Amino acid sequence: MYQFNYERPKTLADAEALLAKSDDPKILAGGQTLIPTLKQRLAMPSDLIDIGGIKDLDFIRAEGDAVMIGAATRHAKVAQSAEVKKHNPALAALAAGIGDPAVRHMGTLGGSIANNDPAADYPAACLALDAKIHTTKRLIEADEFFKGMFETALQDGEIIKEVTFPHPEKAAYMKFRNPASRYAMVGVFVSKGPWGIRVAVTGAGQNGVFRVKEMEEALAKNWSPDAVANIKLPAKGLNADLHGSAEYRAHLVTVMAKRAVAAAG
Amino acid sequence: MSVISMTVNGKPASADIEARTLLVQFIREQLGLTGTHVGCDTSQCGACVVHVDGRAVKSCTMLAAQAEGAEILTIEGLAPNGELHPVQAAFREHHGLQCGFCTPGMIMTAVDMIRRIPDLDEETVREELEGNICRCTGYHNIVKAILAASQEMR
Ligand SMILES: Cc1cc2nc3c(=O)[nH]c(=O)nc-3n(C[C@H](O)[C@H](O)[C@H](O)COP(=O)(O)OP(=O)(O)OC[C@H]3O[C@@H](n4cnc5c(N)ncnc54)[C@H](O)[C@@H]3O)c2cc1C
Ligand code: FES
Ligand code: FES
Repeated sequence: MYQFNYERPKTLADAEALLAKSDDPKILAGGQTLIPTLKQRLAMPSDLIDIGGIKDLDFIRAEGDAVMIGAATRHAKVAQSAEVKKHNPALAALAAGIGDPAVRHMGTLGGSIANNDPAADYPAACLALDAKIHTTKRLIEADEFFKGMFETALQDGEIIKEVTFPHPEKAAYMKFRNPASRYAMVGVFVSKGPWGIRVAVTGAGQNGVFRVKEMEEALAKNWSPDAVANIKLPAKGLNADLHGSAEYRAHLVTVMAKRAVAAAG
Repeated sequence: MSVISMTVNGKPASADIEARTLLVQFIREQLGLTGTHVGCDTSQCGACVVHVDGRAVKSCTMLAAQAEGAEILTIEGLAPNGELHPVQAAFREHHGLQCGFCTPGMIMTAVDMIRRIPDLDEETVREELEGNICRCTGYHNIVKAILAASQEMR
């Protein structure tokens, strides 16, 4: 790791002030992505602003027809939350399937979506559940948030505060995980709710998470695994690496979508 | 450099360190507690697992500064009076180790899972060991040891 200056503010206002006055700062949340990146010297921030000490960012609250989750809430807490399990069991199950127990004890919702790894799980949930991402500057719709591989709509100095997940009527996430890294080779999140029907795919796209309109339309006519069974994505534009070809991933999208619809019931 | 302080195995510990010091470096190099191992240094193997405020974490993937004020438990703190912790005793009894390199992390992970999950079964133990790699045992005896300890500790 290169040298950096470390700060652990207690309030969001202090964190914003520190971000504004530092040369080339980076926000540190759970560190489960950022610390490995720093160790490989792939980043050289002047300052790390650790938001782990800001109590206001760590909460889960069910209000009206949505669950609000603070950005610094750990994956393990989301997985175990009675509120999340009751209103959005697919989201709790997704959190329970991230990495391993030690990673879930540190990693946070905000860190996962800010990072927008093309194989991460939470981006699929945000996109499929029409989530609202609240930052220190504005509200960003999930549809507008994910901009490409490791790219988001976040600007410099902008901190994610919380994410609102409206309750779905039906939802399920099915992930075919890479047995070594536990990330998604392909993960498909399907949902039915006030927003209509959504199908979001992670792990497969070169530009990160994306929706499959053709599957959404088919499911709107007929909510059953059969409706998506014959919809194949073109391999063009999908990830290919030592774990699997683009054709393999295209095939997995259909299989995982079928399983997700079956699981959502 | 700045001074950080935490409680390690019940005793106060502090040192003047660079911000980039990892928790595992603090534990091994500053405190000389070398029971916590570094296997991969890339967040994969779990040899470095310790408890921070009661939760198992990979100490190679956390800055020491993030643990300011926290309660840390390492493998050395499990048997403070020299009498083996039930999980340690079960690993010995069931031959849950060969070279022993992964063992501190396995045991800290096991203690954490037994605390969180009262009715462990074999499948759950294997799932919970997702982040701990062992090159020797093939896992069977580790799983047996954890199941036995969890019975014993009920
Ligand atoms: C062994 C291992 C296995 C993993 N497996 C999976 C998996 O199966 N699925 C999966 O989805 N992920 C997986 N992860 C990643 C894990 O979920 C991370 O916790 C997550 O990607 C990043 O969250 P973090 O809180 O650790 O963020 P950090 O690493 O602290 O930060 C990540 C990035 O987000 C930025 N950031 C953090 N918080 C905010 C905020 N509130 N506002 C704005 N920017 C912010 C940081 O500046 C940084 O750029 C794995 C990680 C490891 C080490
Ligand atoms: S040394 Fe920390 S996970 Fe391998
Ligand atoms: S006993 Fe040798 S690595 Fe596990």
